[in-house]
Amino acid sequence: MKLGRNQATAAFILVAPFVIAYLVLFIYPTYKMVQLSFTDAPLIGEGNWIGWANYIKLASDKQFFAAALHTGYFVLLTVIPTTLLGLVIALMVTRLKGWLQSLVLAAFFLPYILPVTVVFLIWQWMLDLQFGIAQYAIELFNGSRVAVFRDKYWAMPSVAFITIWWTNGFNVLLFIAGLRNISQDLYDAASLDNASSWQQFRHLTWPLIWPVTALVLTIQLILQLKIFDQIYLFTQGGPFNSTYVMVQYIYKFAFQLNRGGYAAAVAVILFLVIVVVSVLQYQVLRVRGARS
Amino acid sequence: MKRLNVASGIITVITIGFAMLWAFPLYWAVITTLKPEYEVVEPGVGLLPKIWTLAGYIYVVLNTQIGRWYLNSLVTSGSVTILVIMLSSACGYALSQLRFPGRTILWLMILASFMVPIQTLIVTHFILMNDFGFINKWLGVILPQLIVPVAVIVYKQFFDQIPKEFREAALIDGASEFQLFFRIFLPMNWGISTALAIITFIGAWNNFLWPFLVVTQQEMMNVTVGITQVKDAFGVQYARNLSGAVLAALPVALAYLIFQRRVTEAIMLSAGIKG
Repeated sequence: MKLGRNQATAAFILVAPFVIAYLVLFIYPTYKMVQLSFTDAPLIGEGNWIGWANYIKLASDKQFFAAALHTGYFVLLTVIPTTLLGLVIALMVTRLKGWLQSLVLAAFFLPYILPVTVVFLIWQWMLDLQFGIAQYAIELFNGSRVAVFRDKYWAMPSVAFITIWWTNGFNVLLFIAGLRNISQDLYDAASLDNASSWQQFRHLTWPLIWPVTALVLTIQLILQLKIFDQIYLFTQGGPFNSTYVMVQYIYKFAFQLNRGGYAAAVAVILFLVIVVVSVLQYQVLRVRGARS
Repeated sequence: MKRLNVASGIITVITIGFAMLWAFPLYWAVITTLKPEYEVVEPGVGLLPKIWTLAGYIYVVLNTQIGRWYLNSLVTSGSVTILVIMLSSACGYALSQLRFPGRTILWLMILASFMVPIQTLIVTHFILMNDFGFINKWLGVILPQLIVPVAVIVYKQFFDQIPKEFREAALIDGASEFQLFFRIFLPMNWGISTALAIITFIGAWNNFLWPFLVVTQQEMMNVTVGITQVKDAFGVQYARNLSGAVLAALPVALAYLIFQRRVTEAIMLSAGIKG
């Protein structure tokens, strides 16, 4: 009995630092965000309880829906392409052996560990209208140079392209781990049966790697819904608000327009969207996992 | 068979070419920093500088507060790393090895918060840090980055693999609960701890949104934020701009190159894949 009480005391002391941090820095801010969203408070200072007014206004806020739409557009431009590209690169890398494999993998992975501001400075330079080396490629395909971050049609796809370049190494890594877990015996058996490379991929690799593919899709989806850093650095939401996304909407109302209550309402919506998506994805993954 | 070898060779060449293309922007950025400013804007593609110079770096070191920014980054990222590892390992150990009231509910809450987007809390984090008086302070940068449920989950899973008898035997030998944790269980998992510490450090060093919001004074900025805030002063001086970028990326690039296997391992662990 004494041992049990000792154990509980020790446990409380060990979990206390995390639990205190968790309550103060996570539970309380979450509660406070919901509470704030029902007030007209500025960022710093008290406000009045206004019930659902912020949410009602949000429901008819065209800019908010535009921001949601842009976020969706960005998700569309990144999530599936980066997942497929990650798989293709992983397949290419796993074919190689020894030091060549390490070197090629490092080349694909290195951008992932860079700070976003460094990625920004690199690509600002690469795509500089006058001196950027990537403009030669754009000229080749488009016929003329483009100030990509100041062009309504080019801005979002360009940021998406750079995001894929930046973060794809992570997906490659997960796919390589997944591919290594597939037993070589299966491929040997397939070769004996004269299965072509495509048949091997279609009937062996693809179904067996699917759990990893689903995992990567999930992680990417949740990650890209929270997009802000790159877009803010490259375009500040412009040109003509064509790249305004959800997190930037929160940022604008809280920190630029000093409307904490309204910003909190937007944050609550985004919070719910991401939690719902996560739970749905988790269920989908579990169902698939149970079937296989 | 011979045809297969040719095809395989072609794919290998394509792979290498693609990898070089992928890494080219990195090469191009570094090589640009080693050119004089006038050579940077010359037409054509100069794969190597005609005149090698460190003028960009010298300018950044002498004319910006980059030393101060570096200190800010080191202190805040280092503190985040140490605190996250300490809080998460202690909590993960207690959840895995000890029985105490509230254990199940705590575990379920941590599992659930795994999915919660911390970024949506920027508004209330800012208000909270303002109430504490931590705006433009190291603590203001550090505190909101301490909530990493996934680290607790990883630790718990690893401590779970250690048989219960192990703990009981050590207890009978007269070890106290804290000796058990600090002397036996934590050292057993040092590989996990280093792996998690390295990616926590890289993550904290690279974090943009929060350090950008909570710091408004130039001298309190992290280096990753600082290098973009002074770009206006440089105009289109790309060698200088990119010199700042290379300096800001250096610690994480080195950390990755030195601890490559650990970084890979940690990424797999936090994504829930055993490599």
